[in-house]
Amino acid sequence: MQIHISTEDGTPIYLQIVNQIKYLVASGRLETGEEMPPIRVLAERLLVTPNTVARAYRELEMAGVVEKRRTAGTYVSDKGSRLAQHEQWKILTQRVDALLAEATQMNFGVDQVVDLVRERSAAMRPIDDGLMRPMADLTESISKEK
Amino acid sequence: MISENVNAERENNAPVVEIHDLTRRFGPKTALDGVSLTVPPGVVYGLVGENGAGKTTLIKHILGLLKAQQGTVRVFGRDPVEDPVGVLSRIGYLAEETSLPGWMTVHELMRYTQAFYPTWDEAFAEQLRSEFSVDARAIVKNLSKGQRARVGLIAALSYRPDLLLLDEPSSGLDPIVRRDILGAIIRTIADEGRTVLFSSHLLSEVERVSDYVAMVRGGKIVFADALDTIKETHFKASVQFGSARKTAPEMPGALHWEGFGREWTAVCHGRPADIEAAAALQDARVVAHTPASLDDIFVARVGAKIAVGPED
Repeated sequence: MQIHISTEDGTPIYLQIVNQIKYLVASGRLETGEEMPPIRVLAERLLVTPNTVARAYRELEMAGVVEKRRTAGTYVSDKGSRLAQHEQWKILTQRVDALLAEATQMNFGVDQVVDLVRERSAAMRPIDDGLMRPMADLTESISKEK
Repeated sequence: MISENVNAERENNAPVVEIHDLTRRFGPKTALDGVSLTVPPGVVYGLVGENGAGKTTLIKHILGLLKAQQGTVRVFGRDPVEDPVGVLSRIGYLAEETSLPGWMTVHELMRYTQAFYPTWDEAFAEQLRSEFSVDARAIVKNLSKGQRARVGLIAALSYRPDLLLLDEPSSGLDPIVRRDILGAIIRTIADEGRTVLFSSHLLSEVERVSDYVAMVRGGKIVFADALDTIKETHFKASVQFGSARKTAPEMPGALHWEGFGREWTAVCHGRPADIEAAAALQDARVVAHTPASLDDIFVARVGAKIAVGPED
C-alpha cells in the first residue's frame, strides 16, 4: 500500500491518507477483504502521529470503505466495488469541475469544452489500440506547438 | 484496532505538563512572558518558534533546571524544582547538543545511565542500538554527530519515560537521523500512551508528527491549539479586485496578505464564506481557496507584525 504524505500543499494529513486509500480502493490496488496495516505500523511507516492514522481509519470506516473485525484488524469493506465506482465518479467529477472552472476563467463555454473533449478523445484513439508511436508523435507535436 | 484516540483507554486524563502564567527574566531581558501551556497525556505536542523565542527556557522550567520567578510549573502534578527525582525519573530528555560524557564507550554510557533509572529496559536499549547500527565499543566523542544523537536517543528512551522531552532534536542532523528521531517520537506515543513534547523550527516535521502545536514568539505563546483545529480554521484565499492596488487589502479574518496588482492572497482564519462576503463589499471576488500549510499559518501568525514585547 503506497501512500505519500506531503506537508507542502496544506491538505490535512489524515485527509491525504483518506483520499489516497479511497483512490487505491477505487483503482483496484486495494481489493475487497484485503487487510489494512495496523494503525501503529502505518504511523511509523509514514512518520505521522498514530492519532492521525486513527482519525483517517475512522473516517474511512464511516464512509464504508473499511470495516473493523473484532480483535482481528481492519479490512477493505465488502461494499468495496460499489464504493469504488462511486469514488471513480467522484474523482472524475473533481477533474471536470477543475477543468470547467479554468475554462470559465478563460471565457470558454461548456459546449466548446465538450467539443474539445471529443476532439482530444479522437486524437488519442490510436494510443488505445496499443500503438506507442502515435503517443510519441503527439507529444512531439504538442511540444512544437508551444 | 480503531479507537477514538489511540490512547483513549487511559483512565487518568490529568495533564502531563501544566504551566500557568510563567514569566522569566534574565537581567533586563524577558525570556518568558506570561506563558500558559497544558499538555494532555498520550499526545505529541510541538513547540515551534524561531531561535531565541523562548522554547529552550520553557523546556528548562519543565525539567526543573530553572525555578519559576512568577507563575507555576507542574509536571505529573508535581513541582519539578521541589521534587526533581519524582519528575526527572519519568522524563526522557534529548537536547540539540547533548552533553554526553565523551570519554566513555557506548556500552559504558548505557551501564552508567541504567544506574540512575530503575525502569531501564536492557533488551529495548540493545534493540535500539542494533537498529541504529551503533557500535557498543565505540568511544562517544569519536562518534559522528548523527551517531551521537542516536546514542542520546537510546539513553533517553530505554527507561521508557512517561514524557519524552526533545529540544530541537533534529537540528543540524542529516535526513536519515531525523527519520530515526521522528520514528522514535511516534513509537513512544504509540507505545502505551506516553507523551512527547518537542521543540523545532522545522515546520514540516512538526506538521507530520504533532497532535497539538504551540507557536512561540518573543517569550509568548502567540497561538496554541490541536493541529486538526488549526488546519480546519485556517485557509488561503486568493482575491481578485476590479483594478490594480498598491497596498494590501484589509478584510476581517485575513491575517497576512501577499500579492501584486489585482490579485492578492491571504492566509485567513475563520470561514471561507466570511471572506467571500468581505470581498464582495470591496468589489472583489474570491477566485480560489486552498488549504494552508503549517508553514503558511506560522508566517501569518508569528511572522506578521504582532504587538509583543522584546524582540530576540
